[in-house]
Amino acid sequence: MKSKATVADYASVPDADGRFGIFGGKFVSETLMSALDELEELYTRLSNDPAFQRELDHDLAHYVGRPSPLYEAVRWSDQIGGARIFLKREDLNHTGAHKVNNTVGQALLAKYMGKPRVIAETGAGQHGVATATIAARLGLECQVFMGEDDIKRQTLNVYRMRLLGATVIPVTSGSKTLKDAMNEAMRDWVTNIDTTYYIIGTVAGPHPYPLLVRDFQCVIGREARAQSLAQTGKLPDALVACVGGGSNAIGLFHPFLEDESVAMYGVEAGGLGVSTGEHAAPLQVGSPGILHGNRTYLMQDDDGQILHTHSISAGLDYPGVGPEHSWLKDIGRVNYVDADDQEALRAFHTLTRVEGIMPALESAHALAYAEKLAATMSPQQSIIVNLSGRGDKDIHTVAELDGIKV
Amino acid sequence: MSRIANRFKALNEQGRKALIPYIVAGDPGMDATVPLMHRLVGAGADILELGIAFSDPMAEGPVIQLAHERALANGASLKRALEFVRQFRERDQETPVLLMGYANPVERMGYVQFADAASAAGVDALLTVDIPPEEVAQLNAELHRVGMDNIFLIAPNTPEPRIDRIVEQASGFIYYVSLKGVTGAGHLDIVEVAERARTIRQHTNLPLAVGFGIKDAESARAVAGEADGVVVGSALINAMAATIEQGGTLDAAMEAAASLLGEIRRGIDTLH
Repeated sequence: MKSKATVADYASVPDADGRFGIFGGKFVSETLMSALDELEELYTRLSNDPAFQRELDHDLAHYVGRPSPLYEAVRWSDQIGGARIFLKREDLNHTGAHKVNNTVGQALLAKYMGKPRVIAETGAGQHGVATATIAARLGLECQVFMGEDDIKRQTLNVYRMRLLGATVIPVTSGSKTLKDAMNEAMRDWVTNIDTTYYIIGTVAGPHPYPLLVRDFQCVIGREARAQSLAQTGKLPDALVACVGGGSNAIGLFHPFLEDESVAMYGVEAGGLGVSTGEHAAPLQVGSPGILHGNRTYLMQDDDGQILHTHSISAGLDYPGVGPEHSWLKDIGRVNYVDADDQEALRAFHTLTRVEGIMPALESAHALAYAEKLAATMSPQQSIIVNLSGRGDKDIHTVAELDGIKV
Repeated sequence: MSRIANRFKALNEQGRKALIPYIVAGDPGMDATVPLMHRLVGAGADILELGIAFSDPMAEGPVIQLAHERALANGASLKRALEFVRQFRERDQETPVLLMGYANPVERMGYVQFADAASAAGVDALLTVDIPPEEVAQLNAELHRVGMDNIFLIAPNTPEPRIDRIVEQASGFIYYVSLKGVTGAGHLDIVEVAERARTIRQHTNLPLAVGFGIKDAESARAVAGEADGVVVGSALINAMAATIEQGGTLDAAMEAAASLLGEIRRGIDTLH
């Protein structure tokens, strides 16, 4: 498994069965199989259809506000005294995170399939907001499944979704977080499969979701690559992105996979520390298993039960990861590392104070690792960090951790 | 011929339908599972379907989700489920036992180890909700090596070419999911079940059992008219949970399940 992939390999995954090496696949109940086959067929056709691509590009430019800037954090870089750090500003997208790149694309698929209703799972609420937003725009009925615990820590996003006309359904089963929201969304989808399109928010789930979400998010990396060449005359030396399910990371990494000089770092949520068991770092301490429709690295016990996770950020609080990340880990193309709660919190404050940019706590994990990495590099080198979302939604969490009442 | 095939053959010769209760190993208590299995057989079960508790039971409705949560809290696991079957076999070598669960515990144990351990314990078949025929080749090779059946679900929306693909991999019987939804849902459409049963029978000679949404003697009887067997799960689990919630003992809970199963048995037997 540890052999280095050749250049051609990156374009060959997933294969026709949705496999990335041993990872991926379609592990779902029979009722969902024909819906997945239908989606796969439609997507294969539309991804080669210039009219669909034009419609998507139009929405990305005029509704999302793309391209997002590649911003050089000069003051922060100088303070660290190492590599030049560039931030890919996905926080400036409409709705404030990279999630909307995917929901715009999948909502178009729903429209082409003639489904009047969309559902989504959400952790931090960013994917839920992005789904509710596009549903409002297209006049689709929208229900968002969200763990009861996440509803408590993301009250602002819950209200945003309601303002947008979506129904937020609290999930009280299991650990009451993102994985349980995904279980509940799957249960709803099985029940309402004739009328409903399930907009999965990350590069996980059964095939073809890991493929199509990756394709919709790759706009991040394609832009960043061109912007880096335009601004620095060369490719970056390293890319850094946080990894929960892993959609913002795949979006940034994928267009660079064939560029061997570009090192890549996927930053998992270290929580209270990966040695404590209180974290969300399946790629570092998990093992392969099957959950939510795909084979991938999971946090699980010896009996194959999925373990509870912990992270300061609801969006990273997930025991699995997209199957392509599992594959990229095993072939050694991407380095998977972690930043813990405290490091992320410090990075949140640092970027806010030094650059006037308030990052999402998810993105703050990437920033925390980038700070360490930059310090080991020279000013002739550059790093692109995916600033995947803005931090407004986390202000209450941060205030509480800092012991301040707002 | 497998214990399951034998059982269906014998029932068919008697003109009877198979009654298949589903319980979750470890619910309502670890000490209750083996006695409950015997009592369900006493109440008229022909095949036992023993659920393997899982942290993320995606195909289940609220009643069975809670059963999985209770079982896990009681210390249930795949290994303990196999141990229950081994104990059950000390007194009953006749009744077929089917394990039903999700892919990951089996995956984690390893297909080879699972097949060896399950067959040694006296398990006759496996049904994994989330391993479709596309993904089943390796697992099936191991199950067949030890003579176990693999039971597959067919859904209301499974297209006919897929039915062929499923029955190719299946043995023992076919489990038709009577509705689009989770276990225990309430919108069973008997006309549609009859229609689909006819379609499925055009593709296979395997016995056909129907489950999801069957909650009492009346719905069981209606479904049994169209199939070779009836699976009842949520209703039994609900009867036990309600008994315990009202302060009843484990014994009273088991009695409630057995009594409901007995009613259902009588319901489907009045077909003749």
